[in-house]
Amino acid sequence: MELPSRLRWTLRLLAWIGLAFLYVPLLLVLLNAFNKSRTFGFPPTGLTLEWWRAAWRSEGARSALGTSVRAAIGATAIALVLGTMAAFAVQRYHFFGRSSISLLVILPIALPGIVTGIALNAAFRTVLDPLGIGFGLTTVIIGHATFCIVLVFNNVQARLRRMSGSLEEASADLGATGWQTFRMVTLPNLRSALFAGALLAFGLSFDEIVVTTFTSSPDVQTLPIWIFGNLFRPNQAPVVNVVAAVLIIAAVLPVWLALRLAGEDAASSRI
Amino acid sequence: MGYQVAADQGVALEAPVGRGASDRRGKISAFLAPKRKTRLALLLGAPMLWLVVAYLGSLGVLFASAFWTTDSFTGAVVHSYSLDNLREVYTQPLYRTVAVRTISVALLVTVLDALIAFPMAFYMSKVARPGIRQLLVVAVLTPLWASYLVKAYAWRSLLAPHGPLSWVAGGYTPGYGLAATVITLTYLWLPYMVIPIYAGFERVPRSLLEASSDLGASPYRTIRSVILPMVFPAIAAGSIFTFSLTLGDYIAVGIVGGKTQMLANVIYGQLVTANNQPLAAALATIPLIAIVLYLLLMRRTGALENV
Amino acid sequence: MRVTLGRVGTALAATAVAAVVVACSSSSKSSSPAQGASGQKPPSVPMASSVGAGEGALNIIAWAGYAESGQNDPKVDWVHPFEQQTGCKVNVKIGNTSDEMVQLMRTGQYDGVSASGDATLRLIYAGDVAPVNTDLVPNYKTISAFLKNGKWNSVDGQMYGIPHGWGANLLMWNPSSVTGTQDSWAAVFDKSDQYKGKVTAYDSPIYIADAALYLMATQPNLGIKDPYSLTSAQLDAAVALLEKQKANISEYWADYTKEVQAFESGTSVIGTTWQVIANTINGGAKTKVKTVLPKEGSTGWSDTWMISSKAKHPNCMYKWMDYIVSPSVNAQVAEYFGEAPAQTLACQHTSDKTFCQTYHALDQSYSNQLHYWTTPQKQCVNGGGSDCTDYAQWVTKWQQIKG
Repeated sequence: MELPSRLRWTLRLLAWIGLAFLYVPLLLVLLNAFNKSRTFGFPPTGLTLEWWRAAWRSEGARSALGTSVRAAIGATAIALVLGTMAAFAVQRYHFFGRSSISLLVILPIALPGIVTGIALNAAFRTVLDPLGIGFGLTTVIIGHATFCIVLVFNNVQARLRRMSGSLEEASADLGATGWQTFRMVTLPNLRSALFAGALLAFGLSFDEIVVTTFTSSPDVQTLPIWIFGNLFRPNQAPVVNVVAAVLIIAAVLPVWLALRLAGEDAASSRI
Repeated sequence: MGYQVAADQGVALEAPVGRGASDRRGKISAFLAPKRKTRLALLLGAPMLWLVVAYLGSLGVLFASAFWTTDSFTGAVVHSYSLDNLREVYTQPLYRTVAVRTISVALLVTVLDALIAFPMAFYMSKVARPGIRQLLVVAVLTPLWASYLVKAYAWRSLLAPHGPLSWVAGGYTPGYGLAATVITLTYLWLPYMVIPIYAGFERVPRSLLEASSDLGASPYRTIRSVILPMVFPAIAAGSIFTFSLTLGDYIAVGIVGGKTQMLANVIYGQLVTANNQPLAAALATIPLIAIVLYLLLMRRTGALENV
Repeated sequence: MRVTLGRVGTALAATAVAAVVVACSSSSKSSSPAQGASGQKPPSVPMASSVGAGEGALNIIAWAGYAESGQNDPKVDWVHPFEQQTGCKVNVKIGNTSDEMVQLMRTGQYDGVSASGDATLRLIYAGDVAPVNTDLVPNYKTISAFLKNGKWNSVDGQMYGIPHGWGANLLMWNPSSVTGTQDSWAAVFDKSDQYKGKVTAYDSPIYIADAALYLMATQPNLGIKDPYSLTSAQLDAAVALLEKQKANISEYWADYTKEVQAFESGTSVIGTTWQVIANTINGGAKTKVKTVLPKEGSTGWSDTWMISSKAKHPNCMYKWMDYIVSPSVNAQVAEYFGEAPAQTLACQHTSDKTFCQTYHALDQSYSNQLHYWTTPQKQCVNGGGSDCTDYAQWVTKWQQIKG
């Protein structure tokens, strides 16, 4: 039996209004990528492709994109490892302080970016500088990984909660080593959770600006920092819109693909 | 035979590896098997080192500096214990006004996001056809990939005096200020609210809803008595993000907020403009306390299991 | 089976506490913007004695419009010729306010900065910049004499930078919304009610000086002699004026595109500006604006290129400093930005032959009338005593004004 049809129609309407709300500004971004006026006058005085040409030539944008991708991959990798380890520890064992772990793990993402940024900046200055590790891609990755851990942790923990330990025990009883069990029994079942966590971690790291401002160096420009610096230059702002438009269009495919690969219940991924 | 059992369970298995490698691995496994504490320590070690020592440690140093002062003549940080900064932060009317304003905006944004996200997630999970469902999830996740800065600037264009909104709304636009800030922040964090609520809805069995309507409950009653209690932890989980992200925002406010300033702007001002790190750290205790209180509150609702 | 991992738990907690204790006890004083009075010596920083080969890269902090590389207007580019001549690849970080620039220089990751007078002394006394060996900068000889050995760019006769240019903060308005000729700051202060909600102002505590300047002319009984030397009472009067102004403010601008956009969209119709912003707006198709130096006088800036004490590419920085004040380049910068060039010979290279006259580039008496940005200190910067308010107080007052 179906839900009452009036309810369904109301929900359908509200949902599509919500989606429209989400997409109208993005359509404006797309429009401004073709807008002749440098400062996004509306209605547009004319349409032009010149910003697309400028964006294509812009090596600043390209190198910033590359830096962002590298930082996001590094942060996601670390978050995957640490988040999974922590999730296993919390889910499969009982110990003192267990319930505080979820609180601790969420803290980096819950605290305002400026607080995390200042704290990490001061810490890097006092601890890493004497060791000769200057600010740069490494410090950016460390900063990003810190708040990306929670994304993997939550997804893996939620999945582990649904997987009883009996499968693993059975595997061990049958003679598999710990590593074999992990690789052949646990990992395939965790796959969608890991994918969901990795996708969210990548996206968060890719778009992060506040913590990055405090942990980066002048020659390591991630894409958001490049955008921040260029949104304030009259002739660069439309190029920024072009970059954003490309990102939106380009992101749809990988997101869809990742969700497909992750499996049917990855859609219930955890932030 | 073991493989038969495993296959029955639907678990994918590979052909067994050679004897040699499994011998060594087998020894490690055998060694570790009885030692629960060691295994736990190995699992917890790295993450805890990262989070507790590195992250909490740096936070600790930051907040310790709130007790220091700056030499009024040279501006250098003086490592002498004093409560002046904290006293100033908690008694000065300016900071109180800004803190109240920021927390109110954070709560308002959270409520607005919940109101918009709830029907969206309900529709996506229970009404939309399975084929569309995944597309809708992609549609909700995709805006997260458009740069936060660009989206804020898009709202600046939308709300401009002769911009698209006034064009459509017959010349009316709220302009840049607190209203614009609330609208923009609501917009920016909406996906972060939709996804957890959607996940929460996925755990509500369809049969429950059908049973409720079979028993004669109106849709409103079903939502109030069946769905809301089950989905509430998920809403709480989403609210953690909208609340904390709004509490710490200073960039979007600067873009659409006109002459409004929020708590993070004040912190940034004291840190960067005045180079008064101790005062900035003292100011940072406000969002810290607010967030910790909020998290503890949400933990009781079970939100942390749903995040 | 409940495994109490008390040992692991306490060990972790202890480590965290230990980390805090260690960090606290280590004397890591944050490098500070010392607000030293005259008489206070800046920290001794070594000065270069020769310029060697370029290091291949250069990281500088500049005001928007000072280091153009063709990105804003393909015809406006003096960075690429520099890169070709010297092989130093330039990374420019735009600083929107002096405060940002001071903060960025403090990180030690930049080689140089184009500092206004309200940043220079903070940098000098904090040891963030090195004294400049002017013998290594051949074009320095022909720089306007009145810019050399100023209170803001030198200590005890030692130069800490190479003067670059100077100019005034102007009053700008949109003639289609603001009727009549404007000639007074009253339009944005006492008479700003008529433009309710459409006035704009510079988003930095240094703007308090503009209010003080207005009070100098309209309320002489307050006894303000210099807009940067304000006693508590005088500061409060300026703050009261700004709080009244706030009701009519649309938004404060720190980055100049914000003001360009505000005027083009009609969010703002009148306010304080730099000439380059007016030039940018008038260069666009939508709006036309007018500017004037009001009769009460104005605050302004006198900018100096300074080299970091931790510069990783000092040779490239010296080459840049010499290049940017060479006659033809200084002329290009001055014309694009809309300021008076520091280089006297630049006047022969400007495309507008009356440029130097319009901007009074060689007129010392005119320059003396402007009140250049200076960092307020307890020891009054005009030498009038030691009961003046300092910059930290201005910052707090500025946040109070914004509310």
